[in-house]
Amino acid sequence: MLSSKIKSNEIEFGSCNKELLEEIIFYAIGLGADFVELFIENTDNSSVLAEEDNITSVSPSFGRGAGIRIFKDKRDGFVSTNDLTKHGLMRSVSQAIEMLDITYKKNREVFNGLNKHKDYSSSKKTWIDEVPSIHEISEKLLISTKSLKKNNKIITRKGSYSRNLQEVIIASSDGTYVSDIRLHQTVGLNVIASDAQYRSNGSRRFGSSGMPNEFKIWDHEKAANDVFESSMNMLYADYVDAGQMPVVLANKFGGVIFHEACGHLLETTQIERGTTPFENKLNEKIAHESVTAIDEGISEGSFGSLSVDDEGMEPEKSVLIENGVLKKFISDRAGELRTGHKRTGSGRRQNYSFAAASRMRNTYIAKGEYSKEDLISSISDGLYCKSMGGGSVGATGQFNFAVEEGYLIKNGKLTSPVKGATLIGEAKEVMPKISMCGNDLELAPGFCGSISGSVNVTVGQPHIKVDSITVGGR
Amino acid sequence: MNSKEITTQISSAADFLNLKKWDFGASFSNDYSVQVDKGEAKQLKASQKQVLTIRVWNESNLVGITTTSDISESGIKKALNQANIASDFGNKNESTEFSPLAKDPINVKEAKKRNPLGIKKLLTLLREAEVKLIDSHESIKSVPYNGLSESIYERVYSNSDGAFRSYTKSQAVLYLYARAEEKDKKPRSSGSVKIGYGVDDIDIESCVKEASNKTISHLIYSNIKTDKYLICFSPEAFLTIFNAFSSIFNARSILDGVSLSNKNSIGEKLSTKALNIYDDGLHEKNISSSPFDGEGTPTKRLCLINKGKIKNFIHSESTARIFKTIPTGHAGLGSKVSVSPDWIVVEKSKENFDLKTSLDHSNYQGEFVYIEELNAIHAGVRASQGSFSLPFDGWLYENGTKISIESATVAGDIKYLLKNIVNIEPIQEVTTNGVSPHIWVDQLSITGDA
Repeated sequence: MLSSKIKSNEIEFGSCNKELLEEIIFYAIGLGADFVELFIENTDNSSVLAEEDNITSVSPSFGRGAGIRIFKDKRDGFVSTNDLTKHGLMRSVSQAIEMLDITYKKNREVFNGLNKHKDYSSSKKTWIDEVPSIHEISEKLLISTKSLKKNNKIITRKGSYSRNLQEVIIASSDGTYVSDIRLHQTVGLNVIASDAQYRSNGSRRFGSSGMPNEFKIWDHEKAANDVFESSMNMLYADYVDAGQMPVVLANKFGGVIFHEACGHLLETTQIERGTTPFENKLNEKIAHESVTAIDEGISEGSFGSLSVDDEGMEPEKSVLIENGVLKKFISDRAGELRTGHKRTGSGRRQNYSFAAASRMRNTYIAKGEYSKEDLISSISDGLYCKSMGGGSVGATGQFNFAVEEGYLIKNGKLTSPVKGATLIGEAKEVMPKISMCGNDLELAPGFCGSISGSVNVTVGQPHIKVDSITVGGR
Repeated sequence: MNSKEITTQISSAADFLNLKKWDFGASFSNDYSVQVDKGEAKQLKASQKQVLTIRVWNESNLVGITTTSDISESGIKKALNQANIASDFGNKNESTEFSPLAKDPINVKEAKKRNPLGIKKLLTLLREAEVKLIDSHESIKSVPYNGLSESIYERVYSNSDGAFRSYTKSQAVLYLYARAEEKDKKPRSSGSVKIGYGVDDIDIESCVKEASNKTISHLIYSNIKTDKYLICFSPEAFLTIFNAFSSIFNARSILDGVSLSNKNSIGEKLSTKALNIYDDGLHEKNISSSPFDGEGTPTKRLCLINKGKIKNFIHSESTARIFKTIPTGHAGLGSKVSVSPDWIVVEKSKENFDLKTSLDHSNYQGEFVYIEELNAIHAGVRASQGSFSLPFDGWLYENGTKISIESATVAGDIKYLLKNIVNIEPIQEVTTNGVSPHIWVDQLSITGDA
């Protein structure tokens, strides 16, 4: 049964848009589209920067737009626009139809109207009033940067906060009709320490989703102590000697290695491109039996969690690797269409100007049975990577990661700090070398940039030991 | 809405809200892009984008800002209101003003706008390019990363003091990254990127040839022994590492304490006397050139290194005022105005007597590492410390023969690198990031698997 409410000529957030959305979808199907999806977004963001003891930047922003995706066979055409009027949306549909060169009107699918509206936003409408005000944010950031001033070796102190509130409406020709509100808040602290010719950095970022009060209860003192200690520990560190060696990777953001080196290769976009070595390895052993890896979007408050993905599907918990055996790929609508792997609620995009793609959410290696001390004491000569920086994975699966805070391991004990280390390898070769997993799984927030833009994710793992990896240094 | 109309709208809305001092930057673009997969269209994309950034000064001369994609009448009023509210939190310790050069004449290149060819034509051209690349060598099995795009965009700057400037441009980009596979060997990948004002300005044949040659040249590969080597940076690689450490010349970074330089670093010796480096946003080969920056200051050529010494810093309006100089055309509009370089030009100065001119990458017979491309800059550069540790694509040359290097990093310190330049080859090459000759540096650390 189609909606019979009064027609509106423009998308309005907070109102019923069913009839207008159905009209747009009928229009596209009538022109020969196999499948039509509309992703409509309204954003309200702000960010604040504190430097030393001053607020130096307050940046609000807002916007709205629509991304319209049309499939014909396995091809898709995507058009984005800021024009949310009926005329603007129909013009975008026509453009997508024309791009796909659809001249015949035989559709695979039949559109029977949109399903009953699923409103995931009903309990979230008050969030915008519950998030901290700019005044509250500024005060807390200034207290935080003041806390970083623990000695005269700290030469720069920064605290930053950002809040992204995104209201979305998703409707598609399979009947999907949902709306949601997403809230992400992050706060970061950074210092530079200096003494004569020595310099070091310290930084940490914290983040949450769907928790408007999280920043208010954030323990800034603990965070400041952590950042300060890290910068002091690394201030006089020597450069690490390059070579092959065993390493222990810390928990929390240490999980970025799995995310970059292996996680991306388990996204169906990589199968579509033919760039993953794991394409035909389902139910085969690809990692050490101690490794079980999970990607999910359901952990409450985690930075990569979602009520519904950007294609209108509720996220599932996907066990990607179980005791070393590959069990599942991370899939979106296009991935299912083109590779046959079922959708996992992982269709994600930065905003309306990107088509959704298969992307990770909260991705982590499950906890094992060992303590951190067990892992370190098993190594006579190696490296402990306490804090990881960014990294990347190349077109042939090679990865590299900067180690922000590292310590040498000698005879089973942590010794001197070292800087300048980079971990280099290939997922296919490194995954079987993860021989021990600790019992201290923790997660950390991050941003992942890929085909559909930058999305919020969580990485995580317990402490893990890699038997041998190339460490770049000097 | 065109640039004049939006200026009128903002001016009217500001009057209505009794806001006396404001400026804005806006951009409007239409983009079209295609990707293919083994002859089939994969994703076809079109977008219409508009971004408006408004700054408002309150009665205490503090600045607030808002950015929006909503340029409707109500959107503009909301943006002005939000900016006005944000001005309560304006930086009291560092004032911001209009650029004193915002009304100076600008140099807009003529005839740099091309009409779009349309998605169908883009698709046909990219399909043909993909086929040619796959057919160019039996080991090339696919082109997993590819795209052809064209866009037309307009940029505007205007302020309540009567400054108004805009320009319209077009740009097209083709990238082809091939993947080669041979039995019992690891897959190898490389590619090529070409930029033009329009698709017709792009030499598609040369992009295909370059992507093919580079990919094939990596088919025979080996690990490299961890050691210190004589290095030859390709023009692209040298520009990549230089840009990564451009905070050395960035007045904003200096004021923020995150640069290796300080206020008194002008005249400091950074490298061999043989090195000159300029920032030249208006260079004739710079397809992305903009005649003015985010504050409306005209873009110009500026010497950064003259005969090995720091000659100038790059500035916004506020940093220039603090340094008692004039803005250089490198500002980005924001709540905190950013500063960044445009287009780097590297050249050999006339004082080049200390160079080892026998080092020529095309015929040198000794052992050296040729770095073609540096990767993962965001992860491996510590700009505030001066250190880097970066993976790269390249070859080990010995006795005139070369072998591709498998999985290695180059590490060092930017000041060490600049001071240990041992040759600057005579021929400059144009890249997507700027212009540079091949640059030779001695004794940099390479980590390999061997």
